[in-house]
Amino acid sequence: MGADSTAARHLVVVGGGMVAQRLVEALLSRLDEGSAGTGTPGAAGPGWRVTVLAEETRVPYDRVALTSFFAGRTPDELVLGDRALWADRRVDLRLGEAATGIDRAARTVVTSTGAAFAYDALVLATGSSAFVPPVPGTDLPGVFVYRTLDDVEALQAYVTDLAARRAAEGRPVVGAVVGGGLLGLEAAGALAALGATSHVVEFAPRLMPLQVDEGGGEALRRLVEGLGVSVHTGTATARLHPVPADAPDAATRAGHVGAMEFAPRPGEDRGEVLDVDVVVVAAGVRPRDELARAAGLPVGPRGGVVVDDACRTDDPAVWAVGEVACLEGRCLGLVAPGYSMAEVVVDRLLGGGASFPGADLSTKLKLLGVDVASFGDAMGAAPGALAVVYADPVAGVYKKLVLSDDARTLLGGVLVGDASAYAGLRPLLGTELGGDPAAWLLPEGAEGGAAARTALPDEATVCSCNNVTAGRVRDAVRCDGCTDVGAVKACTRAGTSCGSCLPLVKRLVTTELEAAGVAVSRGLCEHFAQSRAQLFDIVRVTGITTFTELVERYGSGRGCDICRPVVASVLASLVGGHVLDGEAAALQDTNDHVMANMQKDGTYSVVPRIPGGEVTPAGLVAIGRVAEDFGLYTKITGGQRIDLFGARIEQLPAIWERLVAAGFESGHAYGKSLRTVKSCVGSTWCRFGVQDSVAMAVLLELRYRGLRSPHKLKLGVSGCARECAEARGKDVGVIATDKGWNVYVGGNGGFTPRHAQLLAEDLDDEALVRTIDRFLLYYVRTADRLQRTAPWLEEVEGGLEHVRAVVLEDSLGIAAELDAQMARHVEGYTDEWAATLADPERLRRFASFVNAPDAADPDLTYVPERGQRRPATPAERAAGGAVLVAGPTLEVMTR
Amino acid sequence: MTTTLPAPAPPAGSSAPEDAAASTADVIWVRVCRLADLVPERGAAALVDGHQVALFRLVDDEVLAVDHRDPVSGANVVARGLVGTRGGRATVAGPLYKQVFDLRTGECLDDPGVRLGTYPVRVEGDEVLVGRR
Repeated sequence: MGADSTAARHLVVVGGGMVAQRLVEALLSRLDEGSAGTGTPGAAGPGWRVTVLAEETRVPYDRVALTSFFAGRTPDELVLGDRALWADRRVDLRLGEAATGIDRAARTVVTSTGAAFAYDALVLATGSSAFVPPVPGTDLPGVFVYRTLDDVEALQAYVTDLAARRAAEGRPVVGAVVGGGLLGLEAAGALAALGATSHVVEFAPRLMPLQVDEGGGEALRRLVEGLGVSVHTGTATARLHPVPADAPDAATRAGHVGAMEFAPRPGEDRGEVLDVDVVVVAAGVRPRDELARAAGLPVGPRGGVVVDDACRTDDPAVWAVGEVACLEGRCLGLVAPGYSMAEVVVDRLLGGGASFPGADLSTKLKLLGVDVASFGDAMGAAPGALAVVYADPVAGVYKKLVLSDDARTLLGGVLVGDASAYAGLRPLLGTELGGDPAAWLLPEGAEGGAAARTALPDEATVCSCNNVTAGRVRDAVRCDGCTDVGAVKACTRAGTSCGSCLPLVKRLVTTELEAAGVAVSRGLCEHFAQSRAQLFDIVRVTGITTFTELVERYGSGRGCDICRPVVASVLASLVGGHVLDGEAAALQDTNDHVMANMQKDGTYSVVPRIPGGEVTPAGLVAIGRVAEDFGLYTKITGGQRIDLFGARIEQLPAIWERLVAAGFESGHAYGKSLRTVKSCVGSTWCRFGVQDSVAMAVLLELRYRGLRSPHKLKLGVSGCARECAEARGKDVGVIATDKGWNVYVGGNGGFTPRHAQLLAEDLDDEALVRTIDRFLLYYVRTADRLQRTAPWLEEVEGGLEHVRAVVLEDSLGIAAELDAQMARHVEGYTDEWAATLADPERLRRFASFVNAPDAADPDLTYVPERGQRRPATPAERAAGGAVLVAGPTLEVMTR
Repeated sequence: MTTTLPAPAPPAGSSAPEDAAASTADVIWVRVCRLADLVPERGAAALVDGHQVALFRLVDDEVLAVDHRDPVSGANVVARGLVGTRGGRATVAGPLYKQVFDLRTGECLDDPGVRLGTYPVRVEGDEVLVGRR
């Protein structure tokens, strides 16, 4: 930097949102480039240090993706960029410390802690606050806004708590959203994700009035109503009422919001009244310009700090960026223009002359699972503009292109229901489309549809968040040696913000790689260029039954620890037979090979199957005796099973002989297969239960036991909506209703927890089983290696809707095949452990040493803890205090 | 069943690696098992002169031997890893943390900081012998 840090100038940023984060990131990146000698203006200057005053107590996060919080993304996952930015010694991020005053004459900012910061430059990045219209009752408990992570956490807690109490009464939680714009639909999606039914109330005559035209609004309404959301357009909210004193839950909810009253329509005395339990106000935002006003800076007619195209306010030392900046009379409520402003200010601070290039107000969103995109002159306001419309009311698709008067230049467009063309179209704004513009509106895969999308000019912006052009992406492949999307993202930052351009980036990268003669592989490993799903199809179609034949005809080498277990699983699904027979033995992963789970010291844990978690006292006694006799550490698992730890490989047959004799069978805890079906006690004992969840869990577990799949499978069955079995955290969750069963799919715990999504409602037993049969086998057939159902549902083309069509409507015509495959599985099931014990040849693999089959591993050492034993730590072994439990001279259980 | 033999002359047609066979003067050969006791493309552990050795029978019936102790986890588990190839080299993957080792050299292909010791192996008729230096 050429100067010590004491000489560095001080930048104070007020606000800790997305644009503030981008500004600091860009500034540091430019300073570092400068010090690396690339000749940026910053190189010669004395450098900068930055203080960020953030009112929220969280590190800047992705507010645009707020709704993904309800799909299971944690606040940590929403953190923007690299956290290391905030550890840089030039940056002081002060969380929970809001600026409270600006003294422009003294160039200081005072904060909520009473501290004062002198600045050389001040950037206002205070953003907006939710606008709450002056409607009586918006201050009642149960009324929320939708702006910050704290807001959505509070909303979630409120609805979840209420839903738990309501479940007992069998009444759903009813939510209402004030505002049918982008944010309102996001909020309705959040309510739906929380299991509440919802109403959306919009004052304008259509949904998303700022982004879509009348036709698009109509299509959107149909799609949204199809998802169970009631839409009230042309309607104003007059008042919110508290819960009436005679309501069933008046005692616990006194004073909370209980009803919403609409403004009367013409000719009516009184507006309609809806009973609601929770209200989300999403009626727009207002710029947080109060600091600027107090400091005497000019503000716009509708608020916002007035800035010029350099984002500078009336005071040359004060700048404003993002939603609080009022540029040419308006504030922009999108993140992309905010990012541009941040880059402009950074350039100016470093002595450059950048100016705001004008806003791209294009948006593409998935609201309640419905694609909506709007770009350029969406309303066709330009003189002489022509519109080309494609509408398919049955499929719920509406697409419109706005073209110049000669029908050649793209001016804008609206896409509802299918926005797949957005990524290709938006960069072409202002250019001639060439060919027949209507080709862009045809459904994906239609004749001529894709052909029109090939050539994107190099100067077209692909990623508007980070201002990356198609040419830059191509260069990353051609010149920078990037060979996949991940590398291109790291190299160009394309697709690292909102991600909506990623399909386009991927297409560009693939095209460029193919042009360069590089094969783009979705292959499993160096031995197979095919994906797991492709191998599955190859085996299915060719009838190949061995790994050797498959690798010789379709692969190379002798496989590895990646492809061998995959092929084992595929063969198990399609060919069957015992997992340890013939060549298949050499394919099984370490755990599958001995049908137990290897632990850190090389011993195994043993899990007998306990279907539905239901076990007899005699069964428990038998398990207890085995554990006692073999000295096994015993623990209850998260899936309602009993895990016995510390079994040596040579002890496994003797242990299982005892367990099989007591009526137990393999629990497949080692397999990429069905693990457990967890259940609550259900209607047989529980006062709230409406169906026999235990019986259903046992039925499902016995049906799917041993089913090999791309990853482990966990199921759950709850006997009522209280959901004590946590079924929505499972790959398949079954929840009892008064009329039958609801089935949810794609949930999991683990590293990225997800809630399962509703697949079908009120099924009888037979329909439930058929639905799960097909869902599981369609997943088994098409998922990638180690891809659980949740990411599979995200990646499978067409998503949940597609899977629902395959499973419930047989849209691919494969249902009979799937049903037959499951019937074969159920028919062919045998317990792997019982079969192994009956076969001396299979038992030979359980020798501890090939030349001393019953000798225990002499290195195993244990120490007692809480009445059981556990492996000694390296320190304990070194200290010699460990008990040598498994020395070769100790007794070995004989069978 | 375990027999310690005097060091024999370098055997003809041995399947031992060149470097192992080259200096057999101090090698003690231990008869470990029959070839038929080993499952093709799977490992088996053996006790050789107090050492835990992992034996692997490849698809062409060549037998290779490395340490049974996994240097990454410290557990005696290498024989239970998956056999395969990487770039034409015969390999085993550590069963706990999945590092891949070259079965001929003991080299870890994923982590240069660790390696497995190797042992010479001879297959005489149906007998598998492992050498200890």
